[in-house]
Amino acid sequence: MSNLLAARLQMAMSLGFHILFAVVGIGLPLLMVVSEGLWLRTKDPTYRILARRWARGAAILFAVGAVSGTVLSFELGLLWPAFMKFAGPIIGVGFGLEGFAFFTEAIFLGIYIYGWDRIPPITHWLAGVLVAFSGALSGVLVVSTNAWMNTPTGFTRDGSTTTSIDPIGALLNPAMVSETLHMTLAAYAATGMLVAGIHAFLLLRDRGNPFHRKALAIALAIGGVASVLQPMSGHFSAQVVAKTQPIKLAAMEAQFQTERRAPLRIGGFPDPSTGTTPYALEIPAGLSILAYNDPNAEVAGLESVAPKDRPPVRVVHVAFQIMVACGTAMALVALWAAWFSWRHRRLPEGLAFLTVVTLVSPLGMLAVEAGWTVTEVGRQPWIIQGLMRTTEAVTPVTGLWVSLLGYSTLYAILGIVVVWLLSREFLASPRPDELGLANPGEAHS
Amino acid sequence: MTLISINPAEMVAGIMLVALVLYTLFGGADYGAGVWDLLARGPRAKAQRELIADAIGPVWEVNHIWLIIVIVLLFTGFPAAFSAVMTTLHVPLSLMLVGVVLRGSAFTFRSYDRSKSGEKRWNRWFSIPSVVTPVLLGMVIGAIATGEPGRVVEAGGEVPLFTTWLRPFPLVVGLFTLNIFAFIAAVYLTLETSDRDLQEEFRKKALLAAVVLGGTAWTVYLVARVEAPLVFDGLSGSHWGRPVRFATGAVAVVTLAALWVRWFRVARVSAMCQVALILWGCALAEYPYLVPPSIEITNSASPPNVQKLLLVALGAGSLVLFPSIYYLFRIFKGHTFLLGREKDYQPPNHP
Repeated sequence: MSNLLAARLQMAMSLGFHILFAVVGIGLPLLMVVSEGLWLRTKDPTYRILARRWARGAAILFAVGAVSGTVLSFELGLLWPAFMKFAGPIIGVGFGLEGFAFFTEAIFLGIYIYGWDRIPPITHWLAGVLVAFSGALSGVLVVSTNAWMNTPTGFTRDGSTTTSIDPIGALLNPAMVSETLHMTLAAYAATGMLVAGIHAFLLLRDRGNPFHRKALAIALAIGGVASVLQPMSGHFSAQVVAKTQPIKLAAMEAQFQTERRAPLRIGGFPDPSTGTTPYALEIPAGLSILAYNDPNAEVAGLESVAPKDRPPVRVVHVAFQIMVACGTAMALVALWAAWFSWRHRRLPEGLAFLTVVTLVSPLGMLAVEAGWTVTEVGRQPWIIQGLMRTTEAVTPVTGLWVSLLGYSTLYAILGIVVVWLLSREFLASPRPDELGLANPGEAHS
Repeated sequence: MTLISINPAEMVAGIMLVALVLYTLFGGADYGAGVWDLLARGPRAKAQRELIADAIGPVWEVNHIWLIIVIVLLFTGFPAAFSAVMTTLHVPLSLMLVGVVLRGSAFTFRSYDRSKSGEKRWNRWFSIPSVVTPVLLGMVIGAIATGEPGRVVEAGGEVPLFTTWLRPFPLVVGLFTLNIFAFIAAVYLTLETSDRDLQEEFRKKALLAAVVLGGTAWTVYLVARVEAPLVFDGLSGSHWGRPVRFATGAVAVVTLAALWVRWFRVARVSAMCQVALILWGCALAEYPYLVPPSIEITNSASPPNVQKLLLVALGAGSLVLFPSIYYLFRIFKGHTFLLGREKDYQPPNHP
């Protein structure tokens, strides 16, 4: 295995692992804060138990997210030292601010988790609000630095030397708004639908359990709203990509030739040797309309650049199709729930609805992984779009496959343990006496 | 060098050192607590382990972010130094990170898996990496001081995997680091309990660690003479070397005496000063180098406007950070400041 491939696989694996925890770390605190807020308003103890349960889940996931994030901050240098030597000063201030957001999140999560009944309820709730806010903020800052890799701004160069740096300009790069919006909505959509699915599954076994019904309602409200908004944010992102990274868009859409009235290809498996995409459903002029709001707009194809400057179209196109399919399914389920609750003033509880919510629940996480594949693989062969190739950035250290193997094993074991621990936490319904006992001063579990 | 002439890059380097000191004082103590967890034996082992878990539970996530701050400051402020360290010390850093991941997750898993077998398993996953990780961290710092990684970068060419760090000096610095962490943890733990017996047990551990620390410090100093002449010359020859060494020694004596007469709060303050002085001494000895023999603060610094913006960001961040940390510690560590009111102590709720 070449060193470059090992480094890329290790980075992909580390990011793919960390992002699941990061996403839940952004979404779950919002769910728990909403639930605790409902407890403060209604004094219904079920909401308090629910908030406590979700907080226990958040604590486990935060711990793994924190350590895998620490690993990533080192891996930037361990795997891509030349990239960091150039990019460090430009994007570092964003990472510095992210450090403080992360600090705030950790501090108030500690207060939230260990501080039940030690501080006044309102203060406790506010601590939770700060966790939810700083978690989202730290996600926005990290994604902004990734957006910079896609649309690098904020510096001037004279040949190969950097002559001036504007870190603020780098942070506010052209892809920043669309990427951070899309990722933040994705975090709420994926977490909300995942949690909703877990409680729908438990409701299937124990219909009418008030604990799971309330949990389902909160999770579905947050996940559903985000899922419905997400296609619009995705459309906005695609238009930014069309303008700033036309070749990435071409790979996403399997667009080989540059043409006017470019069709939108749904599905299919591109064949780079022939420049065609068999088995795709083509909507005439669809891509030109979506990307440029004009059926006659010209869309650049992969063949407009040299083969060495093209991303692997198969991976990018398929990942993009997976992301869009998952997102569409989630949005449809959300619309079903919204329509039903608008008509009947309550959530649907039928077998069909609960089954569908259960089946849809992992799709958000799948979409997140697929979306990151689109962003990262779609930028290849560049680590910084148009400026530095991934081959130029990789470390000269040899034998990286050992490190790849070690970290893969470590993360696989960690993943199994986390799933096992969380299933112990969440697959059991609270006992009736537990629901009755839920007042301040209760014996803790 | 007067205060006014300090350039922004030197201020950023200074803040990096402060963050490293804070990481040692807080994160280091968590590692040290893991060491005592591993060494807990006999009928009191369970009580000791519970005390350790209660003491670090609410604060440990926060304590470890200082390391991320150090790394971010290094790659933003001194990108050449960062990429040199990450390339030449790839192996020990990767191993250290495995330790960080294992102990960090195992510590949390332990809180949520209270079955008998679970507790035992997570304890081991937590405590063994708590011993290994600080040694590797110390080895990285010791290796940089020898100048070997810096020389590899200067020479260019192939990067050796092991010869930069598998040497006597990094190893003794690794053990010294472990010793510092265990020492500071034992001193803190004397103030975490109202149980007199438990307090006595940690007092004995603290005294033992303090005496051993004197020995390891001397070993580091002597091995430095051959392996890290830059550090040795700084500590022995320069005009500030002698006062810093004497001050560190004097504070160490105060810590020992305070532990002996059971003035635990005094011991805690002087132990913290002692550790800070050790780190300041080592940093002064290497000044102005970040990765000797050729990467210095000035020649590896990013442009001044980046450094200034970094300082502004650090200032703004501190306005949020320090009040928040104060609040966290007041809630969960307040009892360690209450003279004679230990009976009011309320251990943290299990989540």
